[in-house]
Amino acid sequence: MAQATKKKPVAKAAGAPVSARIAAQAHFHTLRLGTPFQPRIDALARTQDWYNWAGYRAPHSLWDEELEYFAIRSQAALFDISPMTKYRIEGPEAEALLNRVTLRDVTKLRPGRVHYTAWCDDEGFVLDDGTLFRLSPTRFRLCSQERHLPWLLDSAVGFDVIVEEETEAVAGLALQGPTSFAVLRDAGFAGVERLKIFDLADFPHDGGPQGNTQVTISRTGFTGDLGYELFVSADMALSLWDRLMTSGDLRGIRAIGYTALNRARLEAGLIVANADFTTAEHAIRADRLRMPDEIGLGFMIDLEKGHFNGRRAILEARAKRKLRYVLVGLEIEGNIPAEHAIVYHKKAHEVGLVSAAMWSPMAKRNIAIASLARPYGDTMVEDLWVEIYAMRELQYQKLMKRAKVVARPFIKLDRRTANPPADF
Amino acid sequence: MTSFDAIIIGGGHNGLVAAATLAKAGRKVLVLEAGSEVGGAARTEEFAPGFRASSIAHLLNRLHPDVVKTLELEKHGLQFGRADFMPSVALSKDGPPLVLHGAYGEVLTGASSSEQSAWKGLRAQLLRYAGILKPFLYRRPPDLAGMSLLETVSLGQTALALKKLGKEDMRDFLRVLLMNVADLLDEQLTDIRLKGLLAFDATLGSHLGPRSPTSLLGLYYRLAGETDGAAGAQVLPQGGMGAVVTAIRASAEKAGVEIRTLAPVAKIIVEKGRAAGVALDNGEVMHASTIVSAINPATTFLDLVGPREIDTGFVRKVKNIRMKGDTAKLNLALDRPPQFTGVDAAGHKGRLVIAPSPDHVERAFNPSKYGEFSPEPVMEITLPSLADPSLAPSGACVLSAVLQYAPYALKEGWDAGKPKFLKAVMAQLESYAPGIGKSVIHAELLTPADIETRYRMPGGHWHHGELQADQMLVSRPVSGWSGYDTPIDGLFLAGAGSHPGGGVSGAPGLNAARRIIAMKG
Amino acid sequence: MKAWDAIIIGGGHNGLVNACYLQRAGLDVLVVEKNDWVGGAATSRELTPGFLYSNCSYVCSLFRPEIMRDLELPRFGLQVISYEGGAVFTRDGDYLANYRDRDAHRREFARFSKRDAEAYDRYARDVTRQCRFIQPLLMRTAPDPTSLRPRDLGELLYLGKKFAGLSAQEMALTLRFWTMSISEFLDEYFETDVIKANFALSGIIGTALGPMSPGTAYVLLHHYMGEVDGSVGAWGYARGGMGAVTKALAASFKASGGTIRTGAEVDRVLVKRGKVKGVVLAGGEEIYGKLVVSNADVKRTFLKLVEEKELPEIFLRRVRNFKIRGSSGKVNIALDSLPEFPALPKDSPVYRGDMHFTDSMERMERAYDDWKAGRWSVDPFLDMVIPTTLDPTMAPPGKHFMSCFVQYAPPKIGGREWTDADRDGFAESVIAQIAEYSPSFRDRIVHMEVRTPREIEAEVGLTEGNIFQGELTFDQLLFNRPVPGYAQYRSPVDGLYMCGSSTHPGGGVMGAPGRNAAAEILRDLAKSTSHMSPAHDVI
Repeated sequence: MAQATKKKPVAKAAGAPVSARIAAQAHFHTLRLGTPFQPRIDALARTQDWYNWAGYRAPHSLWDEELEYFAIRSQAALFDISPMTKYRIEGPEAEALLNRVTLRDVTKLRPGRVHYTAWCDDEGFVLDDGTLFRLSPTRFRLCSQERHLPWLLDSAVGFDVIVEEETEAVAGLALQGPTSFAVLRDAGFAGVERLKIFDLADFPHDGGPQGNTQVTISRTGFTGDLGYELFVSADMALSLWDRLMTSGDLRGIRAIGYTALNRARLEAGLIVANADFTTAEHAIRADRLRMPDEIGLGFMIDLEKGHFNGRRAILEARAKRKLRYVLVGLEIEGNIPAEHAIVYHKKAHEVGLVSAAMWSPMAKRNIAIASLARPYGDTMVEDLWVEIYAMRELQYQKLMKRAKVVARPFIKLDRRTANPPADF
Repeated sequence: MTSFDAIIIGGGHNGLVAAATLAKAGRKVLVLEAGSEVGGAARTEEFAPGFRASSIAHLLNRLHPDVVKTLELEKHGLQFGRADFMPSVALSKDGPPLVLHGAYGEVLTGASSSEQSAWKGLRAQLLRYAGILKPFLYRRPPDLAGMSLLETVSLGQTALALKKLGKEDMRDFLRVLLMNVADLLDEQLTDIRLKGLLAFDATLGSHLGPRSPTSLLGLYYRLAGETDGAAGAQVLPQGGMGAVVTAIRASAEKAGVEIRTLAPVAKIIVEKGRAAGVALDNGEVMHASTIVSAINPATTFLDLVGPREIDTGFVRKVKNIRMKGDTAKLNLALDRPPQFTGVDAAGHKGRLVIAPSPDHVERAFNPSKYGEFSPEPVMEITLPSLADPSLAPSGACVLSAVLQYAPYALKEGWDAGKPKFLKAVMAQLESYAPGIGKSVIHAELLTPADIETRYRMPGGHWHHGELQADQMLVSRPVSGWSGYDTPIDGLFLAGAGSHPGGGVSGAPGLNAARRIIAMKG
Repeated sequence: MKAWDAIIIGGGHNGLVNACYLQRAGLDVLVVEKNDWVGGAATSRELTPGFLYSNCSYVCSLFRPEIMRDLELPRFGLQVISYEGGAVFTRDGDYLANYRDRDAHRREFARFSKRDAEAYDRYARDVTRQCRFIQPLLMRTAPDPTSLRPRDLGELLYLGKKFAGLSAQEMALTLRFWTMSISEFLDEYFETDVIKANFALSGIIGTALGPMSPGTAYVLLHHYMGEVDGSVGAWGYARGGMGAVTKALAASFKASGGTIRTGAEVDRVLVKRGKVKGVVLAGGEEIYGKLVVSNADVKRTFLKLVEEKELPEIFLRRVRNFKIRGSSGKVNIALDSLPEFPALPKDSPVYRGDMHFTDSMERMERAYDDWKAGRWSVDPFLDMVIPTTLDPTMAPPGKHFMSCFVQYAPPKIGGREWTDADRDGFAESVIAQIAEYSPSFRDRIVHMEVRTPREIEAEVGLTEGNIFQGELTFDQLLFNRPVPGYAQYRSPVDGLYMCGSSTHPGGGVMGAPGRNAAAEILRDLAKSTSHMSPAHDVI
């Protein structure tokens, strides 16, 4: 039998994307990217203690994790949040799309405001939590821990809206701590005193190659303290950093790493996706999935606003009492942190697990966040215990300590919301 | 304004069956049909002056006996006996044809005696296995979410009711279940004409070739159908397929169903997760607590309900339903009856199949994977006017053929491709019925693109979704929602896109109505 | 005359695994091997001076870690060197690489599509869920669904429980997964053709199916199974070529007292009154054994080695109906220097991994259409590796060995046997494809071994040259493998067992069939299996 001769298929026309693609090949040389602030952070990194945050080289600490923590609570701390995943959602129906995707009522989010929200899959399991910035009536920025482009694009079917991932294009900084307002004011961000908690506004910044540009400042943060978050295009990042550092010098501004921030967020009672709960697109084991009511986010659910993803499942779970877990704040006797401790009822029956714990320097309490199987932590809150394995000189010291379900946040600071912000 | 308990969207046969069944259970039912007459793709239409043919479906081989019974269709003029069973003729270019007589080849002629006995064995086996699957095909699929271990096991046990087959037969059943049809045929038969016919029947209406794993299911699906109690039998109703719909319609109207044609639905109104009514294209709004969509599932959710009333994952699933048809329809007005080589008069009144071998069918399938039509298409031909002269002027003849493979998404586009495909089809016909080309008065070729437009079938797919293993049973139309209910309370599906699938069976419509009645909807 | 406790026909990796376990249980075991070397399809052979060819199997992928530990393979010299990357070259002068680092992987995908880059997590989650469901079945004997024995019912209940333990979503996916084509499955996650092609190749390797054939999604799982435990080196080269795997097995076997006879081709199995008595070698020599285990495929074993009269008609019919289907060939090449791929940066880890050139589903599927028509693919699918980038022991200094696994190659060409001219044409299709991406490639070739299904069958004894000893379609999996009623390693002949890849769970250098067969044999002999590690937990 004759063998057909090979016809050489014509290569597809090499358009612009091909050369752009080829130009990007070399990324494999750098497995952990630097953020737009990396030159400044590298210069301050005395500990060289790095971790991988979504593919970026991020500091656990820079010079002293204890002092970095106290910079948040007593001075001003600068934390690079550029690796956070960011999406631009823009168009006449951006509000409608986000109202369908997320739990809270986006029509109540005015332009110039930010809210903390979460979104679910059809089964009502949480895909992620994050912050939604309403930059204008038709433009939003969604910031999250994990990546969601396919979900957002598929959600956008039938909506007049553009969804674009802008993580690399937009640099972000968190400036947190009692002197943060003063630092911004002194840096020349006129009018920043008008920002109330969860407000945002654009301010001029002229340090970049393109001349005058805007920096978006919101009065938000992840510390439970007075604080702001600043977003700017990547090419303006360094000049913004320098501007803040210069003005903050005498106010004790310090760059910090994640360890310090993580302490502050725990005191504030805030949860972290894939630390305190597993996001639905990453949960391989079916019992790891969580509904908003199971991780303390039930308050976001707005059943009056019209349809949103997961509504049906959430309603059914509530109606049929199918909620299986509850996320609680615990106060534990003593001062030994109960990190990853198992929670027991009556010291015998295993009812849950601590996902984050610490001795709170601010509250002077031994605090923890734990996930418990209902009804424990929900209707049964008495006689709960945690089993702490405290490693001391190569030996576990096993402690069974009483745990009390308490309200979050563990600390409440009036300066966080005070208007006008205090000048420290 | 009259108020209705239930509004049925779509007056295809499934919509009418659902309507009639609900009406008989005491519901006040309104059927809204977008076109000028009901019947969907099972109508009899005039395609050339004096020539009428069945729209898409042109044979009846699977009308559900419960539909016949519930709707008392025999009373409404639909009655068939064994005498009506049509033979299937496997045409051959180089020799006499092979003919399956009676209900899917109770008698085989034109084959060697050893092949006849092999066929007898295979036919019995196929019918036995199709019989096992039949309850699965006609029942509402099991609900995976609510299934306890006990239910899983009992489901398994139902499947193992096949134990009565005997150990070895059961083993064979489990082995061949998801097999490709070509292998099974090669294991048991030798005559390529017979194998070609069966390979064609197994793959007709699907995007599979006979060598594709799971293609045997198509044959089971066909043989799970019955007419007058005989599995696999096929008939040509007097007056074309429109006669079937006429009978169903008569039954529905007798039960009190109101039917409105030229009433295209623009929107299903949803309030707080509940279907509340429909809005027509002209803006008219009608309310009912139960809305039944007997049209395509994708159209239902993406167009009528709209993505913002449903969850993203569900939209994804609906968009992922594969429904790009590969089947075209040809209606020819001929000035005289054609003569297929070697076929006798009785054969001409039967179903004539051009599928010379499984390999040929497979080769015909290949181009469809890449958006090209078969240069040598395979087809199923009927000459309905031979038995029913009312369909054509005296002395003239209607040829109705279902053709494969003609992919919906033709790379070159159907505007350019249609004349070329027609030429390929006519060349194929000419080689089996020399001279037929000269007798053509008018040719109407409906590509999947035409079928999409004319019959509102997205992708031109007559099953409203590929009928393959991964889109069957609990996965039809999408996993999690296979039981005719939907994420919108009060909205139900009743079309071929739902379990068990397409063909003029009425089963989706009947099952959906039964579900609604069971839920007291 | 001496009667061995067990005679193993064929010294392939499964035969040796089986022999090792039986010997370690205290049996006196003989392995008889036709060739002058052991290893079956897992061999390293010096076919041109200085070059060691992994001339059949070329990657250590699915080998069960439990077996490696039980048989102490590291102690007997097995070293597995992990792939460091992989790629599909595209016709526009680019490539899509697979990097081990999760973030590099995402960025690489993002070069083609940001959406696809972010779709990978969900894809990985769903595939992992399926693997976790199926993986524990690898090291278990499949139940007979027609049997009422407590053991079979217990196994069925285990399967039912596992299934019922899935969420409704997972169940639905499982049901679809087993019947979908890999192409359709990937369409639900990705939009870019080359990214789909990159994953689809695992759905077709070793099968006579194209990526658009239903059932290929499962084949993908079969290839992913090795990764579930997350053990580094799940995919890699064996130092010294694939022969190192069987060499270590043979050494382990001998160290425990086993005997191997090479150059001893079995002509037939001796059966008396329905009971196995031993084997007869090609020269007429009779070797007696209390039981015989065949590592050969089910067709070779029962249609060539056992007399028809010893077997029930229904069994024979089913064996004849077993689909083996050769679909692949092999081109092994000695190179005088490392070939350059201009598209690829010189320091890319891709050189130390698997490379592919079919960048679209259509090209892969068209390659399969050629197979269906009874000819080799004019534009074949290649799985190409250059093990010497990580293992200099296989070639002289500065020189390289390249292994090209090629699909599709039918067992017959248009219904007739392969000719030498066909073989050359087949080789040319491979060389031409590589040369398209590496212009100076031809000039570097110093020696080449071309293996069509004809050569593979002749040397290794794999019927039709099929690497899995039988298609991995649903009709030939689990309780259907190799044939219904005999899926538990036993045969209609008392004392005659099967342990090759024709049996559950199938092919690949996994060792599970050999181990599972040993467990069944020891059960029949009422011997302890305490030297066999249970399958690792999947938690």
